[in-house]
Amino acid sequence: MRDVRDALMVARNTDGKLVHRPLSPHLQVHRWPISMALSILHRASGCALGVGTLLMTWWLVAAARSPASFETAQWFMGSIVGKLLLFGWSVALIYHLCSGVRHLWMDSGRGFEKAEYDHSAKLVIIATIVLTVGAWIVGLTAG
Amino acid sequence: MANSQGAPHVDMLRSPLGRARGLGSARAGAAHWWAQRLTAVALVPLTLWFIWTVIRLKGADQAGVVAWLASPVALVMMLALIVATFHHLQLGLQVVIEDYVKGHGTKLTAILAIKAACFLLALACIVSVLKLGGA
Repeated sequence: MRDVRDALMVARNTDGKLVHRPLSPHLQVHRWPISMALSILHRASGCALGVGTLLMTWWLVAAARSPASFETAQWFMGSIVGKLLLFGWSVALIYHLCSGVRHLWMDSGRGFEKAEYDHSAKLVIIATIVLTVGAWIVGLTAG
Repeated sequence: MANSQGAPHVDMLRSPLGRARGLGSARAGAAHWWAQRLTAVALVPLTLWFIWTVIRLKGADQAGVVAWLASPVALVMMLALIVATFHHLQLGLQVVIEDYVKGHGTKLTAILAIKAACFLLALACIVSVLKLGGA
């Protein structure tokens, strides 16, 4: 026992052997409610957006360097790989935006009832899909 | 207080001065949390504006970008977006590292590396945007 708090976390199993009680979060025994998936996706999308800032930085630096290097950057963004990256970036950005607004709403102390919690989670998913698809429809048809 | 004798109360070891300062055991109080929220609120309109801008600049050449940033409004919005984005990013990644990286030295190194990277990327973006806006 390294810590006095461990005393509360030790129990006997059915064979009478001393075992550690499972610690929370004990992910593998729980089903995944939508809010739990949303929570970890918020982090994951945030990290992905960190990688996305490299794309934005390259785009801006290339434009500032020369017309030729900007042409290279624009060619890459228009290629299949570039478009896939941009699509991933747009999903992550719009998801993180919608989920972030939900977090700000909950920071105000509202929306913690289970029904509201699940409802706002579903709303985030729907808003992400609608806004992402909408942005790509406008993006691909405009110009 | 004489008139609160017998009333339900919570005993705290924190001194009245400590409570008034509100800085907690980490001595930074809610500054990190607050900065994260502040930048989040700022990023809601800025991000929507940026998505719209990216769509508008689809397939543009460099002259198109220069023309876009010639507007002081676009330049200011872009600078605000860059500052808020990278500040928000380094605050968020710091929490992720604090939660998942084991070992004090590794953790500190990772946090410093993230902060340095975000700072340099932000400077690169700011300098580029100013150069384009002044061109």
